[in-house]
This record gives sequence, structure tokens and C-alpha cells, in this order.
Amino acid sequence: MSDHPSSTPALHVDEHTVQEMRHHMRRYLIVGVALAIGTGLTVWASLINFGSREINIVAALTIASAKGFLVAGFFMHLISEKKMIYAVLSFTAFFFTGLLFLTLWSMAHENIIQIHIR
Amino acid sequence: MEIPYAVKPRPDTGLYNAKVGIWLFLASEVMLFGALFCSYILLRVNAPEGTWPHHWLNIWLGMTNTIVLIFSSVTVVLGWASLKMGKFKHYKCYQGVTILCALTFLGIKSFEYRDKFMHYQVNLKDGRIADGHLVKAETTPDVVALEGRVIETNNLAELYNPPLEHEWKLVKIPIGDIKIDPSTKKPMMDNYGPWHNTYTAIYFTMTGLHGLHVLIGAIVIFAIWGPLAKVWEQDPERYINRVEVSGLFWHFVDLVWIFLFPVLYLL
Repeated sequence: MSDHPSSTPALHVDEHTVQEMRHHMRRYLIVGVALAIGTGLTVWASLINFGSREINIVAALTIASAKGFLVAGFFMHLISEKKMIYAVLSFTAFFFTGLLFLTLWSMAHENIIQIHIR
Repeated sequence: MEIPYAVKPRPDTGLYNAKVGIWLFLASEVMLFGALFCSYILLRVNAPEGTWPHHWLNIWLGMTNTIVLIFSSVTVVLGWASLKMGKFKHYKCYQGVTILCALTFLGIKSFEYRDKFMHYQVNLKDGRIADGHLVKAETTPDVVALEGRVIETNNLAELYNPPLEHEWKLVKIPIGDIKIDPSTKKPMMDNYGPWHNTYTAIYFTMTGLHGLHVLIGAIVIFAIWGPLAKVWEQDPERYINRVEVSGLFWHFVDLVWIFLFPVLYLL
């Protein structure tokens, strides 16, 4: 099991690939640091008294979404993925949004029932 | 007959079979965890005012686990990039660190679970509530000993929203002082397991399912890293594909935790 590109016969590794991967590795490290900072920010935002817990929730979920974008976009390579993957994920996004909509709808429905009971 | 596009990408889609497969699987996983997050929203929104717990979990342990998973995600992609450059030894180092991170995550999670199973709420006959960790050395058949506090009946907010830093002391409760549940005829004391309330139920369900994913991901990564490493010499491209697919699963596990951490620990 070799550590050198030239002595791994079946794998073709050219200089362009090496340069590209080095560039990727630097990017991964930067994203990793950004994610760690984001984690610290999330904790900080949750401990600050903004006067309303809703603001804490929005702040924490906004930072979490940004972190999620970094993981999906760079680590999972979704910012430069093939069309078919986007097609699969667009269906997922559609059904996931539907699920959230149903949840919110049921909450609103619950409130209407409670108003009628009162 | 050889299966087409098992290693080389299909010309029209640019994807090999396993990559399509893992993305379809991850799409179903999004719906699985999505349903649990929606359950969490419904349980939380419908909880009676002031009864949804805050600060029941150790934020610093949760934060440590988040950093551990992020670090493991970095080592996974660095390992994959190393293989693309033909540097097998570098890959072995990076992925070895990933496996250690997975074990660290599971170790911390187990510690947190143990903490919850040792944490008891005891309802007293005078209406007060004793809350704290069971001290086995001091507990006898007649006395329950807790390292915790006693909460007055009119101060339930302290039970559900304890301050981040509070003083806990040894509380000894004679068994006769514990309220008896009229339906079960047993003393009203139970630990913070999944049966305790809706918060612990959804906490154990979501983190348990996530922990299972971490365990399975770690086993797959270990299998590719160790027993299946000979594939690298026989068919390096196939090996790189396997590492990429297992890595995609691992990043998804990280992604789920990124949302679980604030939702369960912070908000």
C-alpha cells in the first residue's frame, strides 16, 4: 500500500488533480474553523437575554442553518453536484416543506378548536 | 455479468450507482428526522405554559460533542482528498481520527444518558418535590438520598427552568414521606428516562436514533478503513467511491446534530 501517487498503478493521479485536492483541503479546513466558530456563536446567542425567547430561537436556528449550509454545500459537495442529485433533493425539499406546512397547519387548527371551546 | 456503472460514472448522469443510492437513502433520512423535528415542534408548542424544560442538559458537553462531530467531518473529507491524491497512509491517519471522534461522541453521549437515568424526581406527601441525582451509597430501604434540591409546590418554574449554576446538597428522604401514586400504589419517584415527560421522551428518541446513526456510520467507516482496505490495491477507484459514500452518510449525521444541539440543549 503505497503513499506515492506514481506507485499506485491502477489509480491515475495527475498534477492537476493534486493541485485541485490541495485547494479543496484548504477549503475544508476553513469551513471546519467556520463551523467551530458558528457553534460558539450559537451557544453565545442562546445565553444572551434579548428580552424574548423567540429572538434566541430565531438567532440559534439561523446560525444552525448557516452551519448546515456549510456542511451540505462544501463537505457534501452540494454546491457543485450533478443535476440528478439536485432533482432527487428537490423532491425531498418539496415533501419536507409539505411536512412543515402540515405541522404549522395542525398548530393553527388546534388554536381554532381551543377558541371555539372557550 | 458485471454490473454497469458500479465504479465508473454513467455518462449521462455523471454518477456511479452507489452515489445515486446514498443520496436516495439520505433523502429518506431527511424525511425521517424531519418527522421527528415536527413532533418536537408540536410537543413543545402544546406543552402547558412554563412546563417545557430548559437547561436540563449540560450545554458544555453538548458543545463538546458538536465540535467533535465537526472535527470528524473535516477528517473524513481530508481522508477522501488524500485518497484522490493517492496518499493512502494519510487517508489511514485521517480516517483513524474519525473513528476515534465517533467513539468520543458515543462515550460523551453515554455519560449524558447515565446522568439522566441517575437523576430522580421524588414527589413528597407535603406537595414539595425533591430533585437530584441518586446517591446509592447513602440510600437504604428506608431512606432515599439525592444530591440535589427540594422545590416548593408554588415554585415549579425552578424545576423546569433551573438556573445554569445552582447549589446542590445531600437530601435524605424517609420513604414514608414520599407520596404514593393512587393508581400504582407505589412511591411517586422516577428517573429522567424517556418515560419521565414529553421532553425526555423526544430527547431520548431523537438523540437515540442519531446515536444509532453515529454507531452504524462508525462501523462502516471502520470496515472500509480496516478489513476492506485491501480493495485499495485491487481497485483504488472503487475504494475511493466507498470512502466518498460513507463520508456522505457521516456528513449527514453531522448535519442532523447541528440542528439537534440547539433545539435540545439551548432553546
